[in-house]
Amino acid sequence: MSGLPIYWMAIVLMMVGLYTVIARDNLVKKIMGLNLFQVAVIMLYVSMGKVEEGTAPILDHGHLPEGFQHFSNPLPHVLMLTAIVVGVATTALGLALAVRIKEEYGTVEEDEIVLMDQALERGEG
Amino acid sequence: MEAPTPHEVEVVHRTLTDHLPILQVIIPLLAAPLCVLLRERALVRGMAIGVAWTCLAISVTLLQHVMEHGVISYAVGGWDAPFGIEYRIDLLNAYILVVVSAIAAVVFPFGRGGEGLALNPARVHLFYAALLLCLCGLLGMAATGDAFNIFVFLEISSLASYSLIALGRGRRALRAAYSYLVMGTIGGTFFLIGIGLLYQTTGTLNIVDLHDRLQPVIGSRTVVVAFAFLVVGLGIKLALFPLHQWLPNAYTHAPAKISAFLAATATKVGFYVLLRVLFTIFGATFVFTTLRLHNLLLPMSLAAMFVGSLAAIAQTDIKRLLAYSSIAQIGYMTLGVSMGNVDGLAGGIVHLFNHAMMKGGLFLVVACVVLRTGSAKIDDMAGLGRKMPLTMAAFVVGGLSLIGVPATVGFVSKWYLVKGALERGWEPVALLILLSSLLAVIYVWRVLEVIYFRERPEGAKEVGEVDATMLIPTWILIGAAVFFGLRAELTSQVALDTARMLLGTGL
Repeated sequence: MSGLPIYWMAIVLMMVGLYTVIARDNLVKKIMGLNLFQVAVIMLYVSMGKVEEGTAPILDHGHLPEGFQHFSNPLPHVLMLTAIVVGVATTALGLALAVRIKEEYGTVEEDEIVLMDQALERGEG
Repeated sequence: MEAPTPHEVEVVHRTLTDHLPILQVIIPLLAAPLCVLLRERALVRGMAIGVAWTCLAISVTLLQHVMEHGVISYAVGGWDAPFGIEYRIDLLNAYILVVVSAIAAVVFPFGRGGEGLALNPARVHLFYAALLLCLCGLLGMAATGDAFNIFVFLEISSLASYSLIALGRGRRALRAAYSYLVMGTIGGTFFLIGIGLLYQTTGTLNIVDLHDRLQPVIGSRTVVVAFAFLVVGLGIKLALFPLHQWLPNAYTHAPAKISAFLAATATKVGFYVLLRVLFTIFGATFVFTTLRLHNLLLPMSLAAMFVGSLAAIAQTDIKRLLAYSSIAQIGYMTLGVSMGNVDGLAGGIVHLFNHAMMKGGLFLVVACVVLRTGSAKIDDMAGLGRKMPLTMAAFVVGGLSLIGVPATVGFVSKWYLVKGALERGWEPVALLILLSSLLAVIYVWRVLEVIYFRERPEGAKEVGEVDATMLIPTWILIGAAVFFGLRAELTSQVALDTARMLLGTGL
């Protein structure tokens, strides 16, 4: 196995999320899968910022903290704060839609909803 | 190590005009929460229209400035590129900004505000807040020169459009919005992964800086993977065949006015970002010589043109028909890109503008019909030619433009596409462009036949012409489709200059 373990973790988590989105019929579970997928990418980004033997980029009275030669890169963390906000907004909107779908269809199982819509279309045709 | 001395602060006096690149993003962003606070329907509607027209004025000023003086670079917050976020307005995005804000300026005043929405009339202000956020996201994507910033604006516009689609009448709108949310988020996240891999390789997010720093490592595995993630992610956003599954449902079940706005802007801005990624970040040489992207893009574009048009022929719902037609038209745009020469690319870019005008206009016609008859079924449009003569005449002109009849904009784009195909030595492709136009004749004719040659059935709801608030916006867009078809040099000159700039042959 080659590559840093963190990449393997990110990829496995990403694929678990994507599989859940594709394979599950439950709309709430789909959103959870989508969430996992996004979190995996966030972890990938956060791992990029790590510099070997680096520390948090905070000056200690204008000096590098004792015993450190480098700072880690803080930029990916800052980017991910925004991505987390986007993820929260997406999850909230997705769940809100799931609630509305439950109110209108009485279920959050996609296969049942598809059947109901097909019956409706046949009725119209 | 010495403590850093505070830099002497350089005071730069700027006038308001220097801030135009950011203002057109900030104004709708600030107006959206104001809508929620003000609540008063007439006030909120007026403000949204005012914002859209202000954005249009700003973007036209920017386009003029760019055409006369060249690229505008604006450092957000005074932090210089590549460390700060740069708003970089060149010919391509000045043009996109004009298209998006012009469509907003025409579509926002359409109707009296809350009609056709599954929304309590007391909450129409929320609809305008979402609409303004969507506009802010689209303009931001076009204006910014920072790759991560594109992602943020992409998500702002997408989140707003999911909620706008969910406002459609009938519960199927909710499902359409949900599927679009899932697909759109996967697309957006793929885009984010692509940017992450590029950042990891180069340490920069500024797209011009990215281009320079990528050159030494351009063929590496990470960069190629990043390229794949970016193109697939954007492919979902712009509904590139076979990633278009979300689009027909979203456009069919969304409120008709929203379908008009999104069909004319959202996929167009997605196409713009694709152009930026292909040509500004990676560069034409890498895309066409090293990766040979046209081997993939050409068959997908042709498939989009034919699958979209054939599916459109089979539809019984006018909105779904136009949605499938959109997939075919997106195929024309990416076909232009795959040619990789100036004429082809200019054809794609000019078609972006042209399709925005005609599809926006056609969806507004449908909005008029749906508000009058309450149905979007093609059969229910029988005999409307006599009941709503002005609206239906707009449909005729828009339909002719979709086919590509001379003197309409559709002809201009197909002219450049065919020219590009011949120049490239792809005679069969030129033939296929003409063939797919014939398919457009079929699906447009099917609708026209029902409108003009079928009697309105006995006992059908009595309908009359729509009022001026709907007719004027519709005819502005349809009129633009004819005006820019007759005065083709106005748009094609910008498109040709842009194509030359992107391909790096001149300017």
